[in-house]
Amino acid sequence: MSIVEAIVQGMLLGGLYALFAAGLSLVFGVMRLVNIAHGDFIVLGAYIAFMVVSLTGLHPFAALLIVIPLMALLGYVLQRLVLERTLGEDILPPILVTFGFAVIIQNTLLEVFSTDAQRLSAGSIETASIPVAGMSVGVLPLLTFGIAVLLIAGLEYVFFRSRIGRAFRATSDDAETARTMGVDTRHVFALAMALSFAVMAVAAVLLAARSNFDPFAGPARLIYGFEAVIIGGLGNLWGTLAGGVVLGIAQTLGAQISPSFQILAGHLVFFLVLALRPRGLFPRMD
Amino acid sequence: MADPILSVEGLSTGYGDFQALFDVSLSLQENAILGLVGANGAGKSTLFKAILGLLPRGRETVRFRGRPIGDARTQDLSRLGIVMVPEGRRLFRSLSVAENLTLAAEFGRPGEWTVERVFDLFPILGEKARQPATSLSGGQQQMVAIGRALVANPDVILFDEISLGLAPIVVNDVYAALPEITGSGIAAIVVEQDVDRVRGLAHSLVCLSEGRVALSGPAGDFTKAQLTAAYFGEQA
Repeated sequence: MSIVEAIVQGMLLGGLYALFAAGLSLVFGVMRLVNIAHGDFIVLGAYIAFMVVSLTGLHPFAALLIVIPLMALLGYVLQRLVLERTLGEDILPPILVTFGFAVIIQNTLLEVFSTDAQRLSAGSIETASIPVAGMSVGVLPLLTFGIAVLLIAGLEYVFFRSRIGRAFRATSDDAETARTMGVDTRHVFALAMALSFAVMAVAAVLLAARSNFDPFAGPARLIYGFEAVIIGGLGNLWGTLAGGVVLGIAQTLGAQISPSFQILAGHLVFFLVLALRPRGLFPRMD
Repeated sequence: MADPILSVEGLSTGYGDFQALFDVSLSLQENAILGLVGANGAGKSTLFKAILGLLPRGRETVRFRGRPIGDARTQDLSRLGIVMVPEGRRLFRSLSVAENLTLAAEFGRPGEWTVERVFDLFPILGEKARQPATSLSGGQQQMVAIGRALVANPDVILFDEISLGLAPIVVNDVYAALPEITGSGIAAIVVEQDVDRVRGLAHSLVCLSEGRVALSGPAGDFTKAQLTAAYFGEQA
């Protein structure tokens, strides 16, 4: 594989990482909640998709029509019943509680599905590729990247142009004042969490169609998501996409040097960015 | 006297173990301005917070058009028709001037006050509509804060120290807008440090001292000396 080909593949992989990261970034931006279970919820989403596909025989992408609302509902309910109680001046309680969720999810999935790796079969699209400038580019990675760009454009629109987006930002700035103006801030936070979970559902299906997953696949997804957010700069979703792309390219180039160097190369680039530009490449948030 | 639009009866509240208000009562008539005066820490802002449900208060202690609203949630009060212009303005810093106003309009009630009408009242805000709200000067930010209350089309606005931190000439500008506001059928409670200004503006006055009502009645009934005495907690 040529260097150029590795860069293109890394860029497309970055789309998936941006999808891991977008929900994480959204929830942190709106309510300063660091969701340590984010990767595990993505894996849970993959298992939900796996069950929906097994039960209905739907194509995994069609199954999204069921998985997205289910995940969004799960996010809304979790926020109202548990997570909103952890919010406050101190950012530690949500971290501890979501860490607890991570442990619970991993062990429940282990109990129900065993350690066997699963995969969603997306059919011929998995192996299909199209020739681009002498390279062969996979259709699924290309589709993943396209979906990531569309989703991030959609989230940007919601966040900066819509009524609920104004409520997200206002509540994030000053929840008490937002309430005095008629904003039901608990509902607003729960909607942000539901949106985050809806994005996770998309990431989950694309992940599961691309590679094997098992009950312990979550933490690595969380790390990639975190790294994409931090590399890109907090509060900037397009930056998060760029961060995902940087991470993806670092990994595929690392794999060119040695297959075992793939993951480490990503982490090293992350540390490099953190050391040289601690606020990320394109920071927007103070 | 006609039935008040907003009344507070025997309200006591505080922050945790600290009691800040003791048995406070007042009533605001329709289309009227009530001046609320008192020294720092007398409980003026606390009273506003209690009316808005940001502090605990008994169900019967706050009434709106005769109906007890002491158990209403904060976020439901703007739809009932009660909004506040908070001390320190508290504009949303992530939102532009126009977005601050639009948000308030979207979550408030429909009516004659629109974002465009606020731009007519304060033309400078129209010029700076797309700027971050907190990039404006203090007086302009205060105009946004007042506009934000207006576009919710309330029946009652609680103004908390709208002159605080503003240059005197700017304060005149801000107060010059009040007659148009109350003339459009909105009643107001105005918290203000400047007793003279309140006396010229308000129909009735309430003076708080150490969490209790020290003086209450029509604005014309009190001499400046009486007000000053009540303000500083001296027995008249």
